[in-house]
Amino acid sequence: MTDTSTQEPAVKRTQMKVSDEVAIEITDMNKWFGTFHVLRDINLTVNQGERIVICGPSGSGKSTLIRCINALEEHQQGKIVVDGTELSNDLKNIDKIRSEVGMCFQHFNLFPHLTILENCTLAPIWVRKTPKREAEETAMYFLEKVKIPDQANKYPGQLSGGQQQRVAIARSLCMRPRIMLFDEPTSALDPEMIKEVLDTMIQLAEEGMTMLCVTHEMGFARQVANRVIFMDAGQIIEQNEPEEFFNNPQSDRTKLFLSQILGH
Amino acid sequence: MSDTHSESALHTAYVRKEMLPERDPPASQKGAVLWMRENLFSSIPNAIMTVVSLYVIYYILAGIGPWMIGGIWDAESLTECRAIRDELYGHGREVACWAVITDRWHQLLFGFYPQDLYWRPILTLVLFGVAVAPVLFENAPRPLLIVTALFPFVAYFLLWGGSVWGPAAVAVGFILAWAILTYTQDILGSLAATLAAIVVPLLYWLYLVGPVAGWLHGLAPIGIEAVGSDEIGGFLLALVIGGTGIILSLPIGILLALGRQSDLFIINKCSVIFIEVIRGVPLIVWLFTASLLLNYFLPPGTNFDLMLRVIIMVTLFASAYIAEVVRGGLAALPRGQYEGADSLGLNYWQSMQLIVLPQALKISIPGIVSTFIGLFKDTTLVVFVGLSDPIGFSNLIRATSEWNGIYWELFIFIGICFWIFCFSMSRYSQWLERKLNTGHR
Repeated sequence: MTDTSTQEPAVKRTQMKVSDEVAIEITDMNKWFGTFHVLRDINLTVNQGERIVICGPSGSGKSTLIRCINALEEHQQGKIVVDGTELSNDLKNIDKIRSEVGMCFQHFNLFPHLTILENCTLAPIWVRKTPKREAEETAMYFLEKVKIPDQANKYPGQLSGGQQQRVAIARSLCMRPRIMLFDEPTSALDPEMIKEVLDTMIQLAEEGMTMLCVTHEMGFARQVANRVIFMDAGQIIEQNEPEEFFNNPQSDRTKLFLSQILGH
Repeated sequence: MSDTHSESALHTAYVRKEMLPERDPPASQKGAVLWMRENLFSSIPNAIMTVVSLYVIYYILAGIGPWMIGGIWDAESLTECRAIRDELYGHGREVACWAVITDRWHQLLFGFYPQDLYWRPILTLVLFGVAVAPVLFENAPRPLLIVTALFPFVAYFLLWGGSVWGPAAVAVGFILAWAILTYTQDILGSLAATLAAIVVPLLYWLYLVGPVAGWLHGLAPIGIEAVGSDEIGGFLLALVIGGTGIILSLPIGILLALGRQSDLFIINKCSVIFIEVIRGVPLIVWLFTASLLLNYFLPPGTNFDLMLRVIIMVTLFASAYIAEVVRGGLAALPRGQYEGADSLGLNYWQSMQLIVLPQALKISIPGIVSTFIGLFKDTTLVVFVGLSDPIGFSNLIRATSEWNGIYWELFIFIGICFWIFCFSMSRYSQWLERKLNTGHR
């Protein structure tokens, strides 16, 4: 993947606000798939308003890491605290955290049997017990924000990949999450559709959303992220501000990776 | 570059300004002649097949057609039928004797149900139509769901008759379950409330329903003439067993399928064992178990209606099959759908009800309906445990001196009765599949 030029953020990256409040705190977290040690001693603190891009070769555990944050994967050791709530086996806690943390998937995972509007109102109505009308108003507000209000009554199967991913973002936003996780949101898209999704994400960043994003879009990382994390073999190898990270990588592994993805 | 001419000659770019209009296909490409040439006579082997098939169809129709159309409708017995036939057509020609149907249709349809009470099963069937409408068709008026909820009790009351308080007392058990589930959830927690909602009504049904109904009947004796299970027979019996089995096996089957997918060890293993044991043994064995063995397991003195026992067995048998069909649908659903639902904070039952089952059931519609059709036709097996379904009655009718020796007419009639219901189910499922298609996968 090379840089995909996107719209310059209206707010400069350095001016986007980061608060002192801790949003996610991961301490000494370990995870195994069977006997395979996927995540090793992960320590990571994310403040409210931070935009973090996680990159690394495939199989390095970056998707697994963010999937642990909303308990789609279970960690076996260590501690994950999201918004003051610790992730444990208590199902109530898990459902609470999931409703506070939005997630966008590589393959969108929209519900094909529901219309776009129903996709967006489902969780607010059933989890938040929002009245239907209010949920629909919120849904239309966010669909307008991702610029597809006119598709509200279509089914996901009738939309393009880029439109579907923007619906997925709107669907998460309808729950008014404090944190958004993106798991390779543009990897399954045609090149001409990547931009529209990235623009939506940039807009979110400008509004101060806490974001953790697994992506290979280095242009996006340079423009928006305030921290880039490089992972390999289940460990965080290096993390830094984007300029430093790209221009002055410290470890050999990072240098090799960057030369491979930026080198052509 | 394909446009080498203009390129070499003029070096100007070519841009189309006007689009060519669409034209009709050539005359030889439309109409009936084309259709026949394409579908019936496209090649020499195809043409030969067409001619041979047409001959076979003609041969069969020429044999059956006159036999059916020339049939005799008005006679008292087979002997009389034959006499009329010889008189009409001369000796040596076979025609159907439909008189057996006109003479005995009521037995084939209703069994020994009292003739002056035929309105009760007919009304039940009509109410059944009203009750399933809101379930089968989205645009049926929603208030009809009240009819749906009340139908099982009304149907029981209409078919078997007796005191109105019996079915009413049973219905109260369901209200009890609902009330426990709604009002004790906050006090007991969801698991304990669910258990209580199952155990308390069960105890109520086992020990209290009889006395309560008897007491109420003593206070206000309201009821209609009772009809025994042994009087219900013919196609009515097939409908009662098949209909109950179909309606109950779907929810049980879905729960079993979810159980088989569950991470909870006990629930998982219980579901697997239930499904594999029920499915691994022929239905006829289960029916004999119901008719002969079950009495040994029940407390002494309980007289459990044979028909009820058969209905339970047929339902459990169908549930095991439905469970496997639904499991196929669940497995066909991409992992991402479960994760999508989870990531939004939906709990297990919400994600099953709103996301997983609607899609999984849609995928399984053809399999589910096949199972239903199979179940409905398998109800004819109950003849072996002594219930008089249509086949049973055809045997009884053939055993009488009037109709001894008649076969085809009875079986054709029974076949048509079954076919009407099975074909409707099949058409409905196809309609439903088309309706639920949202242009994805």
